[in-house]
Amino acid sequence: MNAKTASTSHDSAQPSNGSGAAAILAAGIGSLMVALLAIAADKWAGLKNMMVFYKPTGPLSGVTTCAIAVWILMWVILEMRWRRRTVAVTRVTTAALVLLGLSLLLTFPPIADLF
Amino acid sequence: MEITVRGLLTMIHGMGFGALYLLACMGAIVELGRHYSPAAETPPTAKDDAFLRAYLLGMIALAWFAVLTGAYIIYPWYRAVPPPGTADLAGFPQRLLMGSPATIGWHSIGMEWKEHVAWLAPIAITMAAAVFMKYGRNLRRHPELRSAVLSFVLISFVAAGIAGFFGAMLDKHAPVEGGGTIQLMHGEQP
Repeated sequence: MNAKTASTSHDSAQPSNGSGAAAILAAGIGSLMVALLAIAADKWAGLKNMMVFYKPTGPLSGVTTCAIAVWILMWVILEMRWRRRTVAVTRVTTAALVLLGLSLLLTFPPIADLF
Repeated sequence: MEITVRGLLTMIHGMGFGALYLLACMGAIVELGRHYSPAAETPPTAKDDAFLRAYLLGMIALAWFAVLTGAYIIYPWYRAVPPPGTADLAGFPQRLLMGSPATIGWHSIGMEWKEHVAWLAPIAITMAAAVFMKYGRNLRRHPELRSAVLSFVLISFVAAGIAGFFGAMLDKHAPVEGGGTIQLMHGEQP
């Protein structure tokens, strides 16, 4: 989502919606990362071994830790860029919900196994 | 009346955190829909705001406790590898499920989906709560943000519901048991 095209100047009559939009899009990206990293770790043995952060839990520990790290990092970056802007929240929300929907589907094993 | 330590912790994970989170989702959806709609007859008060803030913080705690206890306490017991030649797989739920064509799907689809999809719940509710903390009553002036928060709470509910359903079914077919035994009560002799 290009912040410049999606944003307008801040309207002082209403609080900026940029912080909310940043949180929404970051959550969509973080959710998708859970699915993408799980598929990637399942596909490549080298990555699977790298994702073992805590042996008793196996690769799930690294997959989820990395996804959470990406989510928080994206949240911080987007918050810094959008916090004073009024952005096109409908577009941001639609994108985030698509990412969240994809992550629901891509974590479903019969679909994940297609890759 | 006894329960094993692993059985007790699995129950706390599933019923204490997971099931309570599912119930809490419905409350959050109702509260956000009732008080924070631009069309609501009575606008939310400062007391409503404070209540919902505390409620959502509680939901964040429940969601994260559920996934963290699941991934770092219960899952290692679930996926434990039995020593070679072990005949009784009762203490090794994953291997027990994989040992029969009738139950392998509970692992290969159920647990494989549950262990990943469950994480969407805390991510989504943390976002929803953060947006509420930031905007509070102003959400009425941002209907798109309010709709997004409601949608994410709903998806969080779906993700937690999938994880909860498979958790219950997995525990039915191959319960996580073991460790010490806790005597809860003494029953009457027949």
